[in-house]
Formats: sequence, structure tokens, C-alpha cells
Amino acid sequence: MTTVATVHEGTDSPYALSHLDALESEAVHIFREVAGEFERPVILFSGGKDSIVMLHLALKAFAPAPVPFSLLHVDTGHNFPEVLEYRDRTVARHGLRLHVASVQEYIDAGKLRERPDGTRNPLQTVPLTEAIQQHRFDAVFGGGRRDEEKARAKERVFSLRDEFSQWDPRRQRPELWQLYNGRHAPGEHVRVFPLSNWTELDVWQYIQREEIELPQIYFAHEREVFKRSGMWLTAGEWGGPKDTETTEKRLVRYRTVGDMSCTGAVDSDATTLAAVITEIAASRLTERGATRADDKLSEAAMEDRKREGYF
Amino acid sequence: MTSPTEQLAEQLSATTLLRFATAGSVDDGKSTLVGRLLHDSKSVLADQLEAVEHASRSRGQETPDLALLTDGLRAEREQGITIDVAYRYFATPRRRFILADTPGHVQYTRNMVTGASTAELAVVLVDARNGVVEQTRRHAAVAALLRVPHVVLAVNKMDLVDYAEPVFAKIAEEFTAYAASLGVPEITAIPISALAGDNVVDPSANMDWYGGPTVLEHLETVPVSHDLTTCHARLPVQYVIRPQTAEHPDYRGYAGQIAAGTFRVGESVTVLPSGRTSKVSGIDLLGRSVDVAWTPQSVTLLLEDDIDVSRGDLIVPSDDAPATTQDVEATVCHVADEPLTVGQRVLLKHTTRTVKAIVKEIPSRLTLDDLSQHPEPGRLVANDIGRVKVRTAEPLALDSYAHSRRTGSFLLIDPADGTTLAAGMAGDAFAAEDTPTTVDDEGWDF
Repeated sequence: MTTVATVHEGTDSPYALSHLDALESEAVHIFREVAGEFERPVILFSGGKDSIVMLHLALKAFAPAPVPFSLLHVDTGHNFPEVLEYRDRTVARHGLRLHVASVQEYIDAGKLRERPDGTRNPLQTVPLTEAIQQHRFDAVFGGGRRDEEKARAKERVFSLRDEFSQWDPRRQRPELWQLYNGRHAPGEHVRVFPLSNWTELDVWQYIQREEIELPQIYFAHEREVFKRSGMWLTAGEWGGPKDTETTEKRLVRYRTVGDMSCTGAVDSDATTLAAVITEIAASRLTERGATRADDKLSEAAMEDRKREGYF
Repeated sequence: MTSPTEQLAEQLSATTLLRFATAGSVDDGKSTLVGRLLHDSKSVLADQLEAVEHASRSRGQETPDLALLTDGLRAEREQGITIDVAYRYFATPRRRFILADTPGHVQYTRNMVTGASTAELAVVLVDARNGVVEQTRRHAAVAALLRVPHVVLAVNKMDLVDYAEPVFAKIAEEFTAYAASLGVPEITAIPISALAGDNVVDPSANMDWYGGPTVLEHLETVPVSHDLTTCHARLPVQYVIRPQTAEHPDYRGYAGQIAAGTFRVGESVTVLPSGRTSKVSGIDLLGRSVDVAWTPQSVTLLLEDDIDVSRGDLIVPSDDAPATTQDVEATVCHVADEPLTVGQRVLLKHTTRTVKAIVKEIPSRLTLDDLSQHPEPGRLVANDIGRVKVRTAEPLALDSYAHSRRTGSFLLIDPADGTTLAAGMAGDAFAAEDTPTTVDDEGWDF
């Protein structure tokens, strides 16, 4: 079927793209560059909204052919069951191949030690980097956005990592025009961030426009939670509540999806995409400031983790 | 006065995206301007501001240091300087913005080139007390070299010169004359005080004599796209899509982002460098079929004939094809720490094509301060801008950068370790050097 090209009203010229179309086009360009230049790319897929949008863009970029990449999930062992169910369903629906790197297996094998605070997010780095080495992935797509955090604002779209997956912010390649330089030595790889220029609101507006399905925990629902360090955490076998903490039933939703031990819920009655978008647009807190404990560990927590190989 | 709900509805309907870059030396108040833009446009959220207030207090400062909003790395906070380009995002009801925040420090040229390469507008900051200085001319020259379509001169610290109109007028006149001589197509001068907030987001009560827009108002209204009907259409092939499935046994599509101009179904096209011709039989725009597509849409082109097309090829209208060449003459900005020398073997990445190349000649090095040419420097070091002649192992369909920022630009890469060595722009350096009678040949007729 042939349709006439859309003309966007209220813009300067009939050839101006809407901001979502411009971001989508740029992200697709990035996916296709990687497909054209790398041998073994992989998409980091957690079942969170950013990785879901990434996968949606990859599906569009190569249609009607299948996505030419496999997926990799670093399972902390403390993931939300709804998210794991969503992950497996999505993988099956699109006939994709999923690799899982398990933090729990590393702990059970004595290769990683549980932290005293119970947070498993920083523990993801070792299974992630070892999975990259083991499968010889040379390009690893991440859903990181530069608006998330001040160290991420300095991140390139194509970010070269050494054989230890380390990020050196002082030795980044300048990124000029749309000419991404993906050359790397054996053992090195490139982290690729197709959503670099998207904001949280862009991601939500795109999800709405494209009618992308999300795990239900992104919408308001009743949940048993308890308060720790000012955040509502989901009670569970992972290590909460402790003696002094008490659970209560609240109407909440999640703005980000990560490890249960460090991802906080926000009070919300937003049960639809439109209500979520209104809530985000009016929020006076950033996504990470509101819901991520691990970024509050120090002023440079994200930078330090990225240097070690975190995405 | 609009209600919060109405404001929200407007904000969500903001449609276009403007990419812009800032340039300014260390004490011009660039970080303050960026902080002020973010803060006064209400793009700084409570937890970010709280973090800045906390950090400022722990450093013994009484008022929040807005520059801390933009210094993201440990070393930057320790040294109080900006090391690298950072990208910031903010929105108003009228537009979304991507700001390339470029540091004004020692490595200024390569950083500004990086920021300006994707920018449609550059803000050049000047201290009203000092006027146009060497650094200002350098920034104007880089913006002109990179062919940034719009340049804003922000004359800052007007509060320190009693908001005097003659001070502003003199600086604006001098800068405009200089930038125009370099061929900068559009210059807007705005008197501001980033510290006090005059004319950044809100109009100043202290400068009644100024009738123009504030910085933000100008950013919101400057046109973001050009008349594409006069552009040469170009599609660099990124990837060939061949599903080979039962449902699509014969689908063969050429995927890429349209680098310039428009493509239409039925149009006769030529594939370069092979020169084979065909017709566009269909255009897939990410899942839907369209009759026409334009830059910067990512599309998949289908051709009538089953001809050999692969990544690195360029699809162009048959009646508007660039010549191909193996001898590239260009202006480059050297961005690596190791020098670029005559005789050096490099890789050249142009659109989706990477070829072997050798640096044949470095005819001159540009002194940005006075735009004088230093002949035969032998080599270029970090931050140098110079003319080079490069011989490539395979023919390239290269446009003049003056015609197309996307198909006229390239990278030089070190084949040994992959380091990006230089940013290249084919054809004449400055727009002012283009003369109407020769402009069509300058890009490739060496």
C-alpha cells in the first residue's frame, strides 16, 4: 500500500521532521551502521522500557528481515518476575536468540561475593564483561541515554572499551558528523548507544505513538512495599524488609526497571500511557534521582561503575 | 497567562528538534549561560539542583554554582574545568533542544569542531568588556569552516558595562563584518548578562534599547531545515536487506539514511562508483510504503533492476550525479595527539565507505587568529587546521562540503589502532572563497 508522505503541521517547512521522527531515524541509522561494520553485535535486553524501545527500533530498521543480532540479559537474580515473563515472551514472539549472564550463578560458584547492603547492581559488571569476552561480542548495544546522568552526558554513541571493558572518559574518540568510527583491536569492543539523544519523555512519547507493549509494573498497581533510604522497595526474598522495616500496601508504579534491591517505586495512580506521560512531564525529579539507590552511593558513582565496564 | 495544564499540553506537542553548540573561552561565562538556559527554562529538576546546592555548599560557596550542572566527570569537578564535549537536553513548549556543550580550554579547536559538526546553530560568547578578541575570531572561523547555518553572537556581561548600547553596537558591528567576510550566512547579535539573566530566557528590563529576541526565543524560532528542492539527493547504502523468507523471497532493499535532498518512486537513479543505473520502484519508510522521502529519513530503497549494490555505494539521481575521484583536496582539522604527516598511510571514511588512502601533500596550515596560510608545514598537530591532498585506493563520490555537510565530510583514521586522526571537509575552506561560476567544479575537479 502506498501512502502520501506526512506533512507535519506547525513546523517551519513541509520537510521538517517531528522530533520523534528525527530521533527514530538517527537510532535506525546507528543500528544499520553496526550491522554493516561489525561481526558479532548483541543487544543488552533487560525488559526495561529503554531496551524495549531499542528492540522495537531494531525490528523496524531491518524489516521485513529479522533483527540480525542476538540479545544478552544480565540477570541479577533479583529481577521482577513480571519482567522476566515479558522478556521470555518477547524473545519467543520475534524468534530471537537470548543469552543470559547470571549474577546468582557467579555468587553460587564463589566468583562474586554478596555486598553487605544487598545491592546487586554493581555485581552485574563481571558477568557482563565475561559474557562479552566468552561470546566474542564486538558491539554491545545499550539503552543508556545521556539525559540520565551527568557522566552519561559525556558518553559517545560509539564508545570504545578495552579488553577489560573499561571506559576512559579522557581518551574518547571525537564523534564527528554521523561518521561513527567503530574500529577496534581484537579483544576490544564498542558499546553502542542508539538512544543517546533521547530523553525519558521522548521514550514515553515514542512508546505511546508506536503502541509498544510494556511490562505491567510500569503502570500503577497495588504492591507490598517498605521504605529504605527514602525509597519504596518491593518486599521479597532478596533481602527486605529487615527487622526495623515494615511493609505496607501502596498504589505505586516503576519509572525504571532494574534490580529489586535498588529500584524504587513511585506513588502513582497512572494506569495508562497518557497518564504516565502527564506524570513524567510534570515531575520535578529525574528518573534516576527518584528511583535509583545505586546512583546515590557517591557523586561519581555512575562514572566509577562505567570505568569498570558497566554500561 | 497559560495554566500549568495548558503549558504541559504545549510542551508535549513541541515538534521540532534543534541541535546547537556553544563556544566561548574560559572566562566568558559559557557554563553560566548554559546553566542559566537550563535553569530558567525549568529544565533542571529538583534532585539535580539539590545535588548542585549540596556540592556548592561543601565547597564553601554561598550561591549554587550553575556550572556544576554541566561538569559531569570527577576530574572536571576536581579541576573546575570542562574537559570534553557533553550533550544536554531541554525542551520548551515550542521546541526540543540538543546542546553540544563544548569546552573553551586548551583543546578548543577539535572540541568545537566536534560540537559544530552536527550543529545547525552556534552561540559564540564574547565578554562585553573585552570585545572581539583572537578567540572570538577563532570561534567564528570554526563555525564558518564547519558551515554552521546560523551563528549567534552573545555579548555577555552587559551588566559590567552599564548595559550601554554603544558597547554592544560596536562589538556586534565588528563581529558581523568579520563573520560575513568568512561567508557565515546568518548572524544574530544579542546583548546578555548570563549571571543576572538579562535576555537569556527573559527579556531584560535593563536594555530598553534592544528590540530583538532573547537567546531562547531565537533558538525557538530559527528555521531548522532548508529548501530541499534545491539539494542534490544522496543515499549512502548502509546495509542490504534480504530476508530470503517464504514471505519475502525476492525482497532486496538498500537501507540508508538520506544524506541530502529527496527521492521519489519512479525516479531514475545511478549507483556510484559503479555507474549502473535503474529506477526507484519503491521506498519503505520504516515499515510503511511512501512515494517520496527526504533527508534525514532512514529508508529502504527498492530498485527495478537486480543490479549489484552493496554497503558503501552511493545512490543518486541519474541527472545529478557527482563525479568520482581518487584525489581528494580538503580542509582538515587534526584531532589526534599524534601528528599527521606527508606520506602517511591512513583510512578514509566517507559516508558508509572506508577506503585506504595516503596523505600526498599538506599544502598549507591555517592560522585561525588572522586566517593567514602557513605554506608547506610538513605536518599537522593536534588542533591544527590545514589543507591536505589525499590519494585514495578506490574512487569516491565526494561532494563539496559547501553543498552537503554529510556527503562532503570524511574522517581520516589510523589503520593500526583505529584512532580518529582528522575531520575532513572537501572543497573550499570558507564560503567566501566560493565563487558562483566555479562552485560546481570545486568539489571534485582537482
